[in-house]
Parts: sequence; C-alpha cells; structure tokens
Amino acid sequence: MIVTLAFLVVVAIIVVWWLLPQNLTAKPWLAHGPIEDPRPERDFSTAKIGLWVFLAVVSSVFALFVSAYSIRMEIADWKPLPDPRLLWINTGVLLMSSAAFQRARNATQREQLHGVRSSLIAAGILTFAFLAGQLLAWRQLNASGYFIYANPANAFFYLITALHGLHLLGGLWVWSRTTYKVFGGADASKIALSVELCTIYWHYLLLVWLALFGLLLST
Amino acid sequence: MEHVAIADQVHELHHPKSWFTTYIWSQDHKVIAVQYTITAVSVGLVALGMSLLMRLQLGFPDTFSLIAPYEYYQYVTMHGMIMVIYLLTALFLGGFGNYLIPLMLGARDMVFPYLNMLSFWVYLLAVIVLMSSFFIPGGPTGAGWTLYPPQAILTGTPGADGGIFLMLVSLAIFIIAFTMGGLNYVVTVLQARTRGMTLMRMPLTIWAIFTATVLGLLAFPALFVSAVMMTFDMKLGTSFFMPAILSMGETLDHDGGSPVLFQHLFWFFGHPEVYIVALPAFGLVSDVLSCHARKNIFGYRMMVWAILAIGGISFVVWAHHMYVSGMNPYFGFFFATTTLIIAIPTAIKVYNWVLTLWRGNIHLTVPMLFAIAFIFTFIHGGLTGLFLGNVIVDIPLSDTYFVVAHFHMVMGVSPVLVVFAALYHWFPKITGKMFNKTLGMIHFWLTFLGTYAIYLPMHYLGFLGVPRRYYALGTTDFIPESAQSLNAGITVAALIVGTAQLIFIVNMIWSLTKGKKAESNPWGATTLEWQTPDTPPKHGNWGPTLPVVHRWAYDYSVPGAKRDFIPQNEPDEEAGTSGSWD
Repeated sequence: MIVTLAFLVVVAIIVVWWLLPQNLTAKPWLAHGPIEDPRPERDFSTAKIGLWVFLAVVSSVFALFVSAYSIRMEIADWKPLPDPRLLWINTGVLLMSSAAFQRARNATQREQLHGVRSSLIAAGILTFAFLAGQLLAWRQLNASGYFIYANPANAFFYLITALHGLHLLGGLWVWSRTTYKVFGGADASKIALSVELCTIYWHYLLLVWLALFGLLLST
Repeated sequence: MEHVAIADQVHELHHPKSWFTTYIWSQDHKVIAVQYTITAVSVGLVALGMSLLMRLQLGFPDTFSLIAPYEYYQYVTMHGMIMVIYLLTALFLGGFGNYLIPLMLGARDMVFPYLNMLSFWVYLLAVIVLMSSFFIPGGPTGAGWTLYPPQAILTGTPGADGGIFLMLVSLAIFIIAFTMGGLNYVVTVLQARTRGMTLMRMPLTIWAIFTATVLGLLAFPALFVSAVMMTFDMKLGTSFFMPAILSMGETLDHDGGSPVLFQHLFWFFGHPEVYIVALPAFGLVSDVLSCHARKNIFGYRMMVWAILAIGGISFVVWAHHMYVSGMNPYFGFFFATTTLIIAIPTAIKVYNWVLTLWRGNIHLTVPMLFAIAFIFTFIHGGLTGLFLGNVIVDIPLSDTYFVVAHFHMVMGVSPVLVVFAALYHWFPKITGKMFNKTLGMIHFWLTFLGTYAIYLPMHYLGFLGVPRRYYALGTTDFIPESAQSLNAGITVAALIVGTAQLIFIVNMIWSLTKGKKAESNPWGATTLEWQTPDTPPKHGNWGPTLPVVHRWAYDYSVPGAKRDFIPQNEPDEEAGTSGSWD
C-alpha cells in the first residue's frame, strides 16, 4: 500500500497548502462583520475545481491498482508479460492527441475558431486510434496465449488498460459534446472552458498512461 | 469574489417547470435530500426487519423456525451492508449533506445541480440492484458484510451464484453515485460560500460533512477496486485474491491469489468508512447540543482541528481490523499505536460536548435528548474500541459478541441517535410542521434504554467467549445456560426497540399532515438555514438577495444581546450589542 499512502501524502500536502492561508487559528467569536475570505483572489472556475477533485478520485483508483499490483507481484506465480512493441506506438498516438488538445486550447486563447475545430477533430481521431491500438495489443497478446486467467500479470494488464480506456471513452463523450458546441457556434467563453477542461483531462490521462506503461515495462 | 457573483445571478438557476421536475426529476438540493432520506430510511427499515428475524432465531432457537441457517448468513450480510453503506452513508451525506450544505453556507443550490440529481437516481439504482438479489435463485450473498474471498465466491456460501455478483455490481454503482454527490459537496463548500462565510465561521456540521466527503472520495475507490477485482476472479477466472483451492472435492483453476490483499483493500476503505459515518454525526450533534444548551460550542477551533486530524489519521489505522488475518505481526504494533492516537482527537471532541453542556441553559427537547444520549453511547462504544485496538486484547475477543457490541454501540446506535436528533431538529424547517413532542419522547426513551438493554449484555457474552456469526449455539460446554437466557432477554429488548421505530415513522407522517405549523426558527438557532425568508425554504432558498454573514455560528446567550441567540446574518447594530466575548 506504499504507493497509495504516498498518493495520500501528496493529497494531504495539497490540502494543507490550501488550508494554511485560511487562517485556521482565527478566533471566529471575536471578529464581527462581513469579513472577506483570506484568499479573495480565487480565480479558478467552479467547473475546473470540480474536475481537479474528480481527478483526485481517479488518481486514488489508479494508485490502489498500482498498490495491488505491487503486492500481488511478490507472490511466486507471477510471470511478467512481454512488452508488445505496439504499446510504444500507442503511447506516441496518445501523446499526439494530448498535444492536439493543447493546440486547440492555445487556439481558443487566440480566438482562432478554425484552429480549434481542426485540432479538436485531430485530437478525437488520435484518441480513437489509441483505443483501437490498445484493442489490437490485447488481440496480439491473446493470440500468443497470454490469456487473462493464465497469470495475474496478464490479468492486471487487461484490467488496468481497460480501466484507462474506459476513462478515455468517458472523455470522448465530453469531447463529442465540446466538438458539437464548437461547430454549433456557442460563445467563445463557453468553448474556451470546455476545451480547457478536456485538455486538462487528456494531459492527466496521458500522465496516468505513462506511469502505468512505465510500471509494465519495469516489471 | 467571483463565486458570490455567480450565486447571485438568479436567472442562472434551473427552474422547474412541472410537478414532475419539481418533485421527482428535481435538481433542487432540498428535494434531492428528501429523496435520499426517504430511500435510505426505507432500506434501513428492511435491514432492521432482518435483524429482528435474526434475533428471534438467536433468542428462541427452539420456539421459532422462521429462518434457515443459510438465510441467517444472508441477513447478517445484508443487514450490515445496508446499514453501513446504503443507510448511514447515504443518509448523512446524501440526505443531511444535500439539505444543509447550501442552506448553511448561504448558497442557492449545489454547484452542479444536474450531477446532484443524477447522484440520487444512480443511488436508487444501486439500491434496486441490491434488493433484486432477494429475488434471484440462491438469494443474496451470505458472505458477511466484509465479503472476504475466497469463501464469498465459492460454492456453499449462500448466494455464491448470483447474490455476490449483484452485491459487487450494486457497490460499484453506489460508489459512482457517491462520487457524483461528493464532488458537489466538496466544490460547493469551496466555491459557493456566501459573503462573510469564512471557513472558520462555518458550522461544525459543514466542517464534518466536508471532511467526511473528502474521506469518502479517497476511500471508496478502494472498495471499487476490490469489487472489480473480485468480479474478475469470479467471472473471468483470474487469481487476484483466489489462492489454489480444493472446493467440494474439486481443484479449482485459481492459483496464488492473496485473500489478505483483499482484506487490505477492503479495510483501506472500511476504516475511513467508520469516520465517513461518524464525522457527520459529530458535526450534527455539535450544532444540536450548542443550540439546545443555548451556549456556544466549547472549543470551536479545537473541534475543527480534531475533525481534520481524525480525517487524516483514519487512513492509517485500517489494519486494526486484521489482527487475526495472518498479516505480519509487526504491522499490528504500528496499527495499534495509530489506533490509540486517533482516540486523542476523538476524546477532545467528547470533552468539548460535555463542556458545552456544562452550565448551559439546557432545554431537554426531543432532539437534545437524542444528542445527549449519543454522548453516552459514543463514550461507551469508544472505550470498548480502546480494548479492541490492542492486539493482545483483540485476539481472544475478535470472534465474539464483544465485537458485535462494540461496533453496534459506536457506529450503529451512536450515529442513528444523531440521525434522530437531526431529523427531529430540522423537521420543522424541512416540512414547515412541528412533530408531536409526546410521541417523540416515548420514541426516545424506548430507543435509548432499549439499545442499552440490547448491547450491554452482549459485552458480557463476549467475555464468556460466545462466538458471533453462529446460527445456533447448541450445547457447548463453556457457554452456561444463563447465556441463553440473556440472549432471550436481548431479543425481547430488540423487538421492543424495533417496534418503537414505528412510533417515529407514525409521528413523522402524522405531523406532516396534521402537525402544528412551525415557526421559521422554533429553536432559536443561529445558523443560516433557520433565517430563510420562507419555511420550508423555496426554490433558490434566499429570495432576491443572499444573506451576508456577520459572525460565527455559535453566538448563544451573548451578554447584553436582545435575544439569547444572534443569527449569523445579523449585524451588531441589530443584535443590540457590541457582541464580543472579550
């Protein structure tokens, strides 16, 4: 459970960083009147904070899987998987889709609607390509006899990649709504927020994938 | 501040257009809260009914043959899981959290109302999936609420075909529902506080529900992960948790899995879960005690720090549930130490409640009685927790009725007493009607004394070594005849307490239709939800302008003030005092 506890320490540091300026030693029975919050410069949008909290929950899920992985790995019957070369290509594709989202986000800041559209479409196609690539990797492993029930290493690989893929699928649903908004001509501020949220989510899932891929490679 | 500007824009609110969107498919946090509460209480009554059937079996094994041994295990399992997750978690966070967070913070609604509505409907789906396991062949799972593999999914355990699968699916759905609600509770506290509502002016209820939600968001994933992995073991033949095993004379295909891994994951969720239930109870009871004692809560800052400390430490005590699991004994030493440490902030809270009462102007209203009763049962259950937190004391007691007595006192009876305190306390605001006081008193005394009659003798049974989880004890040398008489007595008390809950249901329903009209602030409380322009509060809560907060939530009996309480949104000039305590 070391990984999970390390994750919790990170969460705790963020919580403390947020709490410290909130003046937890104030004596609220003394001060009267409509005093302002100690941190009035809050410029985060509510939706963005919601997304970050959600990402903390998702991180908790992945951290726990990694913990379970490392505990189960210690038992003698563990036989590591080969690392299919396809996974490297998939990683590149996911990296590009994340970059495409970043381009879309930059384009919203410059208010170039055309650039937003093309980058969003590219990001979506690349994500679908990544998911197709993951399915292909599953088929290759299956064809070489690495069935899910044959070894816990296989089981973890299928389980973790499936979970990561499902999160991307959920992201694609939001992506489709964002793209619809962009092509339907919603106003610029709404588009900018949606694209930004998608970008954060994709960068996050890229990071998760890199961590998981690193774990698979190193074990 | 940006968030105030957002909240002030009335036109941004979703406005219900029909009866259906007002009461059923509603995005209003108050309606969602009531939906959560009614669903949770209903499913809790089912679990209560199951416990009475089990008690009849235990108390009078030769007289009644209402349930078979396999049903006994199914009821043990379902009773535990329903009470902990589908009743208490849902009721405290989905019910009270939903109702009180926006109102106490001076917001118009949760920040993501649509998600909030989905949260309830997904929760309802989880309940339906869970309940449907009663109607499939083989019935619900009888694996015990901890669902330990390998036995949970092996032939021979009741519900190993379908019941356990539905349980795991239902839990996964519940966690999704909780995440949707939890995001709302956290972000609403972060973003939607009204002007002047600094963190250190928030009522303890909000601090507690906020912290409990953060715990839930981080801990429920562990249950999710273990549920998914167990489903894989069961349906896809993987061996995450399943060791090589010989079952019914057949060697199964599993190999090498670690049942202790499941226990680590389960209790990594399971222990914070205790505080997910207990912290909201701590918060609600603080506000009820302070209001009905007409005295500020003693040590507000210490209470806040204690809530945060408990929240943090609750993540490093999980393996005190696993002293007998065969894990490394050195772990036991570490977890016994953290368990004793978490008792410190908890004890601080208890002292502060008692000191809040000291020289207060105590009004023994129905909610106050329940709140004071909570202090009794919680101290009681907390002290036996210190026994069980120590490895050498836990090992002989762990499979006995002592544990049953301990956890029912500390996280069954205590939170439920707070649920009643809170329901009686906020009933006038939620419904606009007063409840019947006499019925409330009868309900209180039967429940409070009755639960002691049930659980106090169980400690003694535990010391005798009477094992838990047994359908019938039969003739056993070390269990004296008197233990059986005691069991019969416990059953009688349980039947009385169980039946007494009908008084509560009747009172609520009767008062809803025939009750006296409630004033907007019948208890003279300071917090914002009692200062709404309408009772019950209308959609949007506050009329045209949001309240502005001028003080903390506990200005009771301020010297020189016109009344013995000053609402949080009342400026000094109106309160008739400089108002400071210095």
